[in-house]
Amino acid sequence: MKKKMSIFLILFLAFSVAVFAGGQKEPGAAEVKAATISYLYWGAEETPAMQAMADRFEELNPDIKVSPEVSTWDEYWTKLEAAATGGVMPDVIWMHSNFVRKYAKGNMLLPIGDRVAADPDLDYRDYPEGIVKLYEVEGVNYAIPKDFDTVGLIYSKKMFDASGIAYPDETWDWDKLLEVAKKLTNESEGIFGFAAKARDQSGYWNTIYQNNGYVINDAKTKSGFDTPETIEAVQFWNDLIHKHHVSPTVEQLADTKARVMFVSEKVAMYYMGSWRAAWLAQGEVTKEIADIAVLPKKARRATIYNGLGNSIAAGTKHPEEAWKFVKFMGTKEGNIIQAKYGCAIPAFKGSQQPWIDKQPMFNVKAFAEMIDYGVPYPTSITAPKWASFAKDMMIQILSGNVEVEDGCKQIAAEMNKLLATEK
Amino acid sequence: MEREVKGSTKVLGITKKKKFRKNISKYAWAYFMIAPTMIGLFILNIWPIIQTIYLSFCSSGDFGKFIWTGAANYARMAADITLRQATINTFLFTIFSVPFGICLSLLAAQLLNSNIRGKTIYRTIYFLPCVSAPAAIAMVWRWLYNGDFGLINHILSVFGIDGPGWNTDPRFALMSIAVVAIWSSIGYNMIILLAGLQTIPKVYYDAADIDGAGPFRKYFSITLPLLSPALFFVIILSIMRALRQFDLVYMMTSEQNPAIIQTRTVVHYFFKQAFDLFNQAYASVVIVFLLVIIMIVTLFQFMIQKKWVHYS
Repeated sequence: MKKKMSIFLILFLAFSVAVFAGGQKEPGAAEVKAATISYLYWGAEETPAMQAMADRFEELNPDIKVSPEVSTWDEYWTKLEAAATGGVMPDVIWMHSNFVRKYAKGNMLLPIGDRVAADPDLDYRDYPEGIVKLYEVEGVNYAIPKDFDTVGLIYSKKMFDASGIAYPDETWDWDKLLEVAKKLTNESEGIFGFAAKARDQSGYWNTIYQNNGYVINDAKTKSGFDTPETIEAVQFWNDLIHKHHVSPTVEQLADTKARVMFVSEKVAMYYMGSWRAAWLAQGEVTKEIADIAVLPKKARRATIYNGLGNSIAAGTKHPEEAWKFVKFMGTKEGNIIQAKYGCAIPAFKGSQQPWIDKQPMFNVKAFAEMIDYGVPYPTSITAPKWASFAKDMMIQILSGNVEVEDGCKQIAAEMNKLLATEK
Repeated sequence: MEREVKGSTKVLGITKKKKFRKNISKYAWAYFMIAPTMIGLFILNIWPIIQTIYLSFCSSGDFGKFIWTGAANYARMAADITLRQATINTFLFTIFSVPFGICLSLLAAQLLNSNIRGKTIYRTIYFLPCVSAPAAIAMVWRWLYNGDFGLINHILSVFGIDGPGWNTDPRFALMSIAVVAIWSSIGYNMIILLAGLQTIPKVYYDAADIDGAGPFRKYFSITLPLLSPALFFVIILSIMRALRQFDLVYMMTSEQNPAIIQTRTVVHYFFKQAFDLFNQAYASVVIVFLLVIIMIVTLFQFMIQKKWVHYS
């Protein structure tokens, strides 16, 4: 019995191998046709802009077809890693600063720095320097910047008007923010002047840099979470919730998001990423009550900025065609096409105006202006791991379960341990 | 004597051979018939289990590279406080949701087995949660549980009670999820138990009536023993499902929620390791650990079932 069983199992195995081996041959047949470039990105709201760029590119290059394919942010990296592991990565992809090191070191991306340097139509100086640098791994560049985002202060004009307080402007500092937040807070009504979100990029990371602290040092060897400046900045964020009671608690914000509270006039101000600008413009209520200012300063002005890049898969069958497409998207023309759809701020210097014009009811100019003193998104090769640890710990700190200093030091210890494995 | 013995063995040998040949063709047919299921089972279930166990002895690099590291992951697992907490959470969840869930399902089945008006409507209503998407269920319950604007706290406030954030307070979060799990499992369990109840022949009750048995006696001496196979099936499935709880926790407790420490189950932790932190090797250890737990629990249940399950 057992023998027969094993014979059958072997047969099944052989059969299944044959089936899978057969399956892999199929894509070869399509190769003969005109080159089709697959382009993977996330966020369905970006589809009109991506499609418009693909259409224009196909018009200019009739022999190349582009097939854009959308995913969600949550699934994107799981999907891309599976595709990369299986050797079927899309030809052109969106790259994020948290992942570029991993993909570059895994030889999954085509180095394109030399191509940009050799091309008369392109110049890395046309994009914000920090974003170009985000995609440089050991001196080699793997992407052309696509867009950038910053974080600004969103406030409710209606609530400011009702209390007769002047709108936030570039003179504001932390003290002013706290003072006004106190005035706008009405605890018995459940109204808060500010929402200190337990978020890194659109939350405490900004205050850390405003206070001259840092998350990770430039050499990517050391965590800044145990420096006094960083701890002080986290303490400030924590005090807004627990000492001054001008912000909803972490628990309340987990139940009801800051932006939902904002729309229902329970929160007057919070830090918001520029990627939400399209959401502001689409909302019936936000259109009426919201506006944007630059972030308040402390020791200095700072906002976290990040930017996505277009990268090419190392294993692409059409490197030349893929390069042509990425190049087109990196030109001023490509940037202006995407600007007109108003989602992300285009990276090409001087192409931001159509994006600003798209939302005339808001001072979105503030987002674009802040790039001048922006701090590049803190990242390193193990960032997905330490950022996740830091995020979880910060939630425990801000909900009052862990002491600020103790928690920050734990984050620093974990980060340093992970950073030591990066060499 | 000797000849006779030899002769008989010869005869035996021939029949054995014949039987064997006959059996081969019989078995071959049988295996051929179950082959589609077996192939599917092997490729989709058994082979991944073997691979997962193999991965649990590796360390994961990027893009599917795995390096054999022996028992290092298991050593790490032994010292992992988060996993310990997740295991405690999973057991608490099971202990709370399974007995209550089954008692309520039994009650519902019993009530709907009697002759009441509009019982098909009730059956449909009880079964509705089973056909709703878990994500939609979680969305609605999150709103009900909302500490500031939820319906539950609104009703409580009418009576002057200031309710907690059911979904965010570490003391209540896990129980809140268990309540949703109970609510959504009643329908499914009820249908199985109802089918079990309807197979009990009426004659037993008639006989008991003649003997003058009361309703309690009838319930404990006739209904429960004859329902025990269905009950056993429901218990086994419910416990397995509770131990593998993932979707409700994932949907109801966001990563922004501080109560995640008290609600994270083992499968949720596995998911985080595998898909957020891209640490598939360590995730494999976590899931192998859960596999062993479920195997022990199920084995134990099959051992004690002899004592109380009656297959009439």
